[in-house]
Amino acid sequence: MSQTVDNIKPSYPLFGDEDYQANLALKQNSVEERPDQATLDETFAWTTTEEYQELNFARTALTINPAKACQPLGAVLCALGFEKTLPYVHGSQGCVAYFRTYFNRHFKEPVACVSDSMTEDAAVFGGQKNMFDGLENAKALYKPEMIAVSTTCMAEVIGDDLNAFIGNSKKEGHIPAEFPTPFAHTPSFVGSHTTGWDNMFEGVLRYFTLNEMEDKQAGTNGKINLVPGFETYLGNYRAMHRMMQEMGVGYSLLCDPNEVLDTPSDGEYRMYDGGTSIDEVKDAPNAIDTLLLQPWQLPKTKKFVQSTWQQPATAINIPMGLEWTDDFLMKVSELTGQEIPESLAKERGRLVDMMQDSHQWLHGKSFALYGDADFVMGLTKFLMELGAEPKHILCHHANKRWKKAMDKMLADSPFGQSAEVYVSKDLWHLRSLCFTDKPDFLIGNSYGKFIQRDTLKKGKEHEVPLIRIGFPIFDRHHLHRMTTLGYEGAMYMVTTLVNAVLERLDDETREMGVTDYGHDLVR
Amino acid sequence: MAMRQCAIYGKGGIGKSTTTQNLVSGLAELGKKVMIVGCDPKADSTRLILHAKAQDTIMHLAADAGSVEDLELEDVMQVGYAGVKCVESGGPEPGVGCAGRGVITAINFLEEEGAYDDELDFVFYDVLGDVVCGGFAMPIRENKAQEIYIVVSGEMMAMYAANNISKGIVKYASSGGVRLAGLICNSRNTDREDELIIELASKLGTQMIHFVPRDNAVQRAEIRRMTVIEYDPESKQADEYRALAKKIVDNDKFVVPTPVSMDELEDLLMEFGILEEEDESIVGKTAAEEAVA
Repeated sequence: MSQTVDNIKPSYPLFGDEDYQANLALKQNSVEERPDQATLDETFAWTTTEEYQELNFARTALTINPAKACQPLGAVLCALGFEKTLPYVHGSQGCVAYFRTYFNRHFKEPVACVSDSMTEDAAVFGGQKNMFDGLENAKALYKPEMIAVSTTCMAEVIGDDLNAFIGNSKKEGHIPAEFPTPFAHTPSFVGSHTTGWDNMFEGVLRYFTLNEMEDKQAGTNGKINLVPGFETYLGNYRAMHRMMQEMGVGYSLLCDPNEVLDTPSDGEYRMYDGGTSIDEVKDAPNAIDTLLLQPWQLPKTKKFVQSTWQQPATAINIPMGLEWTDDFLMKVSELTGQEIPESLAKERGRLVDMMQDSHQWLHGKSFALYGDADFVMGLTKFLMELGAEPKHILCHHANKRWKKAMDKMLADSPFGQSAEVYVSKDLWHLRSLCFTDKPDFLIGNSYGKFIQRDTLKKGKEHEVPLIRIGFPIFDRHHLHRMTTLGYEGAMYMVTTLVNAVLERLDDETREMGVTDYGHDLVR
Repeated sequence: MAMRQCAIYGKGGIGKSTTTQNLVSGLAELGKKVMIVGCDPKADSTRLILHAKAQDTIMHLAADAGSVEDLELEDVMQVGYAGVKCVESGGPEPGVGCAGRGVITAINFLEEEGAYDDELDFVFYDVLGDVVCGGFAMPIRENKAQEIYIVVSGEMMAMYAANNISKGIVKYASSGGVRLAGLICNSRNTDREDELIIELASKLGTQMIHFVPRDNAVQRAEIRRMTVIEYDPESKQADEYRALAKKIVDNDKFVVPTPVSMDELEDLLMEFGILEEEDESIVGKTAAEEAVA
């Protein structure tokens, strides 16, 4: 064929070569039972109509392109945030391969995570034997100092009892009794990846503090606990460290995978790096308070902090955008008595300056956005601060209370008047909305690129360009290292948003002698 | 007093649901606050208390509502005779789906919705037949039922089942606080039934907590979807269930059971004439062969 060793082409443009095209056409015509082009075009056009949207929204028994993932994925990310901790998934092997590749593709890093590979006999007899061997082998081979156990559907459906299995593993001497093994049941068919993160995190708190509360007293260590939730922007962990350090506040960032998910290429492979230490978790009940940075996804953690640690778990919004970062810093200041330093005030001023500089381009632009509950809420808030108008807002895993809170927030702003909030809807629903009521831009993870492709197919003027902010981002590099929280995060987002707007404008005004009257050098 | 959680196990058809509901009405009469959690897809664990055919189950309501998260506690809980709270986990039709998962989902839901409030004195889990999979062991996981009662009779298969259930309890007892609290003999009028069950109980390291005699009053009450205590409080049988309730209130004999081997169990059955001694010489012989011999 046309592939030669000194000029190796990837699939694009290789498949455009004549011989490949002929081959593909032959296949389509002889075995694929491909409808004729007119039928294809007609069907495609129908999927872009109001009529189709109505049918699409009447869908009950099918999800197409979910904007969420499953519980154990969240549990694995949570486990990665603790020092020398190996995530261990009790259940089938394929699930764990999926979690690893999912994170690999997003973070471009190896992700250490093991499974005890339950097979048919384990489904029949229960997975206790797998747990015995799995814990023993994982500890011997990978030398973690903690193993955090979660489950896949398979173990959940047959009703495996983690507490009993792990207890028996210790009793039978497969691992020492004192070896830390927090655990959480994370059935994939309940909730989403954020539920799994919450469950695993609560499991860790429970394991290290539930029966150790006699000598604990909220407020005695003078620190603030920060709980990130399912957070994939590594810059956000770093921004939290920096802001707390600049404030001179004693703090514990409970769960911090920013080192292990961003290890340097210096010849040394680090299976574990950084992370919150067990001692920090044990001391956490002594803190003044625990602030949940993504409160909508952490109901179980909140309950535990309030009932067991006897801390208020003061309600905050995700510290995203201007006002909610202000609120967050003022809350930290109020709780600890530390002033907000000049450096952060200056950073805030710079953000406001940037918002003003870009205001003319963002004002009145409409956006569709989707993702996790707190992210979507924070971004909606920030868009309105920028004078942009959220239009279609979709969160697959959020509940009705969240929708109510969103509706209220939108109703209170002149920029939220044309917005509609959707929960329990998927990206195929959003695709319909992008055709029938076109937003200027779409904000979300990589999966949104298919909506952009489909809308372009209808014509350039229907194309909804995707701006990649969210998780997962598989098709752009290094964005996971960016920051979306705090003033710093708002700076990154306003930069991304305004440049996407300008990029698009250049795109539309590039035609010489036709539209290039608007192809300005200065924007 | 702290809430006591009890699970009732036993061979299918032995009378677990009937016994549970009758004894719970005895407890209610003593002023105890009780909740029954039916863990059987048949959903017949609460009908005598509620005078109903079958209560709407958690799983059924969840399927109608779209998901369990859409349910509220008041949707699934009903209050029946003498203030007894009733919940049915529910599950699929025979031959499809996974009933065990239904039990897990239902109990998790009840926990999250705060069904286990401090007011309760007792929670009873009425669990389907044998403990066939992990889901049916959910009621005896850590922090759930700590006391297990096995309903048994003097029939061979019922006793096999009791022994098997004891084996299951040993597994959970080794890692947690769950204990066997006694055998409830639901009489089938077999010979020397009480002696036999007392003997079995002692072999398992437990007690026969009560011998419930066979009485048609139970059936008469059942036809009316009532417990005996409600239907005919003056009857002798009502007093039997009161006695059982009282014994459970006072019970403090909680043990890790010592299940016996098949041979030991068969010896016991032979001793009581329930099982004939096997004649090894006839095994595998056809009628023709026997005629020749």
